[in-house]
Amino acid sequence: MEKMSRVSTALGGNALTGRTMHCHLDAPANAISVCRDAAQVVVAGRSIFKIFAIEEEQFVEKLNLRVGRKPSLNLSCADVVWHQMDENLLATAATNGVVVTWNLGRPSRNKQDQLFTEHKRTVNKVCFHPTEAHVLLSGSQDGFMKCFDLRRKDSVSTFSGQSESVRDVQFSIRDYFTFASTFENGNVQLWDIRRPDRCERMFTAHNGPVFCCDWHPEDRGWLATGGRDKMVKVWDMTTHRAKEMHCVQTIASVARVKWRPECRHHLATCSMMVDHNIYVWDVRRPFVPAAMFEEHRDVTTGIAWRHPHDPSFLLSGSKDSTLCQHLFRDASQPVERANPEGLCYGLFGDLAFAAKESLVAAESGRKPYTGDRRHPIFFKRKLDPAEPFSGLASSALNVFEIEPGGGSMSWFVDTAERYALAGRPLAELCDHNAKVARELGRNQVAQTWTMLRIIYCSPGLVPSTNLNHSVGKGSSCGLPLMNSFNLKDMAPGLGSETRLDRSKGDTRSDTVLLDSSATLITNEDNEETEGSDVPTDYLLGDVEGEEDELYPLDPEHAHPEEPEYVLPQEAFPLRHEIVDTPSGPEHLQDKADSPHVSGNEADAVSLVPVDSSFSLLSISHALYDSRLPPDFFSVLVCDMLRFYAEQGDVQMAVSVLIVLGERVRKDIDEQTQEHWYTSYIDLLQRFRLWNVSNEVVKLSTSQAVSCLNQASTTLHVNCSHCKRPMSSRGWVCDRCHRCASMCAVCHHVVKGLFVWCQGCSHGGHLQHIMKWLEGSSQCPAGCGHLCEYS
Amino acid sequence: MLKSEECKEKLIVMAEGENEVRWDGLCSRDSTTRETALETIMQIILRKTECLRSVKETTHRPPDEVSNAISLDELNKLLAHLLMLAKRCPFKDVREKSEFILKNVQELGIRIPRPLGHGPSRFIPEKEILQVGSEDAQMHALFADSFAALGRLDNITLVMVFHPQYLESFLKTQHYLLQMDGPLPLHYRHYIGIMAAARHQCSYLVNLHVNDFLHVGGDPKWLNGLENAPQKLQNLGELNKVLAHRPWLITKEHIERLLKAEEHSWSLAELVHAVVLLTHYHSLASFTFGCGISPEIHCDGGHTFRPPSVSNYCICDITNGNHSVDEMQVSSPGSVSVSDSFFEVEALMAKMRQLQECRDEEEASQEEMASRFEMEKRESMFVFSSDDDEGTPARDVSRHFEDTSYGYKDFSRHGMHVPTFRVQDYCWEDHGYSLVNRLYPDVGQLIDEKFHIAYNLTYNTMAMHKDVDTSMLRRAIWNYIHCMFGIRYDDYDYGEINQLLDRSFKVYIKTVVCTPEKVTKRMYDSFWRQFKHSEKVHVNLLLIEARMQAELLYALRAITRYMT
Repeated sequence: MEKMSRVSTALGGNALTGRTMHCHLDAPANAISVCRDAAQVVVAGRSIFKIFAIEEEQFVEKLNLRVGRKPSLNLSCADVVWHQMDENLLATAATNGVVVTWNLGRPSRNKQDQLFTEHKRTVNKVCFHPTEAHVLLSGSQDGFMKCFDLRRKDSVSTFSGQSESVRDVQFSIRDYFTFASTFENGNVQLWDIRRPDRCERMFTAHNGPVFCCDWHPEDRGWLATGGRDKMVKVWDMTTHRAKEMHCVQTIASVARVKWRPECRHHLATCSMMVDHNIYVWDVRRPFVPAAMFEEHRDVTTGIAWRHPHDPSFLLSGSKDSTLCQHLFRDASQPVERANPEGLCYGLFGDLAFAAKESLVAAESGRKPYTGDRRHPIFFKRKLDPAEPFSGLASSALNVFEIEPGGGSMSWFVDTAERYALAGRPLAELCDHNAKVARELGRNQVAQTWTMLRIIYCSPGLVPSTNLNHSVGKGSSCGLPLMNSFNLKDMAPGLGSETRLDRSKGDTRSDTVLLDSSATLITNEDNEETEGSDVPTDYLLGDVEGEEDELYPLDPEHAHPEEPEYVLPQEAFPLRHEIVDTPSGPEHLQDKADSPHVSGNEADAVSLVPVDSSFSLLSISHALYDSRLPPDFFSVLVCDMLRFYAEQGDVQMAVSVLIVLGERVRKDIDEQTQEHWYTSYIDLLQRFRLWNVSNEVVKLSTSQAVSCLNQASTTLHVNCSHCKRPMSSRGWVCDRCHRCASMCAVCHHVVKGLFVWCQGCSHGGHLQHIMKWLEGSSQCPAGCGHLCEYS
Repeated sequence: MLKSEECKEKLIVMAEGENEVRWDGLCSRDSTTRETALETIMQIILRKTECLRSVKETTHRPPDEVSNAISLDELNKLLAHLLMLAKRCPFKDVREKSEFILKNVQELGIRIPRPLGHGPSRFIPEKEILQVGSEDAQMHALFADSFAALGRLDNITLVMVFHPQYLESFLKTQHYLLQMDGPLPLHYRHYIGIMAAARHQCSYLVNLHVNDFLHVGGDPKWLNGLENAPQKLQNLGELNKVLAHRPWLITKEHIERLLKAEEHSWSLAELVHAVVLLTHYHSLASFTFGCGISPEIHCDGGHTFRPPSVSNYCICDITNGNHSVDEMQVSSPGSVSVSDSFFEVEALMAKMRQLQECRDEEEASQEEMASRFEMEKRESMFVFSSDDDEGTPARDVSRHFEDTSYGYKDFSRHGMHVPTFRVQDYCWEDHGYSLVNRLYPDVGQLIDEKFHIAYNLTYNTMAMHKDVDTSMLRRAIWNYIHCMFGIRYDDYDYGEINQLLDRSFKVYIKTVVCTPEKVTKRMYDSFWRQFKHSEKVHVNLLLIEARMQAELLYALRAITRYMT
């Protein structure tokens, strides 16, 4: 009994009680309507026309109006309406175009009262006047609306929509003479019942048919319309032009819409295809329905609030042949299931997220996660009791800020502005960018640029690196060689993992090596100590566990003593400097001659196909002589780019991508490139570096990116004479009928680059103006302004 | 050594690539692009011609003979395409230049093709049809659009251009279905088009789409028959068959079988796309036969290399059993007296007036109305042409579908009772549209527009009369077609059909809609003798759209039922 959730509302002495319940009908329903006393409901369909009494526990069939031997099409109802003043009066709209009225007070079994056969096509809707006892309105597929006086045999007046089929007609509840009609072509018309010659107002409400409309029971001018375009719109009709107040996007075409009594912003909708549920929306929160009734198994065809002053009972009929009473209390509320969560990064690395309040509250009690959270700045709670979903969907906003100074992004801005991406030879670009990076104190990046230059531009150095790599690959048992580059390239302060720390150490060693150019010495050292493991040098920090111990983990440690000098016997890699320093060929030969190398090489998988030490030797020489194709490095460079991108320095990734152009592009898949580009462009735009961002867009080769600055660019042009916007295409202003944008020099229309003075707004062809201003400093139009061309 | 070998190979490849004729440059709207494209085409063709000539003159070795034949075949194909361009390209410069190239080739001693038949349609005299080059701006834009999209201006377009407003919507829809975003891959779309057209043995559409299918990279093996296509497409065969001939038998089980076939299953979106394509091509086949569309100039049967004097006996005439030349002489307007047919129109108009007036007075009873629908339905079964023309399709189209014996069977004639489909319960505007648009966005809108234009198209003329409200007549035609498919409008008095549509007209409608392959010129000529050809094409537009909607309604209802 408890589960039945009884609800009783006192409404002027009337008490409505009931529960969520349904009853089976014999046939699909097309429409339902409620009696004034809220105790009876009429269900109509193609082969059903019955009145049910709504009792506390169940529906009880009270009357079957479908009598007679042969079912007539007059009884195949598209719509039914119960008079709100007279309990005995009903009207139905038949699919064959007949409007029938029914008088329940008739003593005979057949309650049919009058038959109006004036419409030529199916009648879609009938509607009684809310206060007048004898006025009935009908809207039909034939495009006409007819007003009937039930005391007469035929219609009083006919309204022609002058457009297509009428889908709905509704008398205004507040304005005695007004009714609204909706049409299959998307129009809504407002009529005065006394003036059948023309409508008072017409506007296009929807794209495609408008299936339904409903006047707000209290707000005088509010009309809700629902259409095939899956939208519910609320219009304010009191203003001169119908104004769209709210718009709710549903997931299927809207078949019926009904304002919820006593709740100013609520309305119920159902769909005629695909979606079987009934939704109650708060029009101010158009994204999530306030309530949802999921009882029906087929599309809902009719909905009605049981009592005009009780918001908790909704009745519905459906194609699945059931009649339902829904209790608002039993409705499922999608909001409860919604996750009001959001996450956003700020420009300077701040992080904000909003989550369900309960979740956050619980979590904040716990000890914060060590990794990500650093400084929770504030914890804001926003709760507005006036909000429709207050309490249900409230969320909390957390913001984490990065410690001041640590997150400064000035390097990003500087880099973005100063990098050169195109227009010069590759070597120059690399040098320039390296210089920029170095000046900004970003040595890793600077070094990467230098390396790129070496790889792609200076042939003399190519083979040495290459050889090293091939060898390294060989003996490292298939471990990815590329890590060596990655580690080196890592910028300090970009990551918080231990890997970063390692790389820091590495970096340092690197720079030191560069500076001291102690290459050869260390090399010789190595050769003795390394033994068979020549190539491990490139695997630093990636596999060997000892390295963690070798390297100080703490980034705070400034410059520790160069570890490679201290611990050479640990097979500590020292080889990488070869890449950076201009090591001589003799070194190379040394290496190749080393018996260990060749021995290792023989049974290893190597990038260079070698069978013996001899072949290796010859190949390496050959490579050296004939210059390795830069292709050889592309894998490496790609990995480097990926590394940068992963570290969050998408700037580097994109810049290198642009500078190297064709050389690496094919090795990175389109999507990744696009992703990088868009990320970088997004960042640039957030920093308001519009010019740089546009340059990047222009230089990108990705189809999706390069069209970014071609889309949705609209140029609004005003006529230079009347200062009105030039609405039409072409070169003639509609209003003053003169050619706009004339060249002040040649007096022809400019159909290309138009340059004009910002002082006097005269201008013309770029060439002409340039020429003119060479000879004169005055405006060519003769306005006396001293124009300047810069 | 190695290098030089490679070089040689490369050169050969290059040469071959160079000889590949690319027609797409001609579709450009930019005249200079077209000009350069044409220039290269001309050079290639002249080179080939030259080559062929020299081979002919010098060598007589048998092995060369084979390759010679192949290259001649190739050249002929190119020449046929050029001929098509010379006649049908909407751009004047291309037409003239193509003509010029052909002349040049002829001067080199190679036989050039000439178009066969009598314009785009065998039923409509060529002089009635708009000539390419004399179109107005709006039509030219349409032609250019069509040409840009397909690289040709097909005969269907040339006939439909009687009604440019419709044509625009038709081309837009077709373009979207075949070339724009959609769940199905491009070659699948053309293959489905082939399957659908083959159901009606429409060799014209099959030929067109075989070319397109190969052009988008379809596997030529599939063209050997449906059993060579992927299982997924084979599964569609059943739906194709039922949809084409007896759509009222489609149940949700058909849909279920397609959607739940493990690795060969269709997704709902793909299925809707396929259904739209099938219905589109079924009805387009109706149009092709209904208007007697001739083969395309560049396709088989559209041109000949024989000199004109040999015979006027053309392949296209045999293909469908229409000996158009002879027939044209026999059944020219002379056989029916003018006054006779004039009377026909008058009578029809009088009936329309009468119906308009007396509708309000005399009200038929419910039973009467119901029986009128049944009567019309029953009667439509017996409306069939008596003359049985056996057509043998030029290309063996029957291999594209199975179960050749399956054809149109009259609605509810064969024992089992199929419940009447009531439009008031499931109609295109409310239900079909929403479903299509949900699963295949934008197409619902396009088709909706097309239906709308077709249904509402009117010039308020009837034969020689002006300012006539033809809505009643159009509705009668539309509802008559739906009636043949068992679709009933509650709000329509089917007695009107009997009043407005005479027997020969009904025969034509029924044949075009149900068994289009049996349409003959005699049928086309014998209905509405006094009406203009454009009006007859208008009728055809109504027929194909009504048919498409009927098929769609049944298919979509089954899908809806499957979904709920």
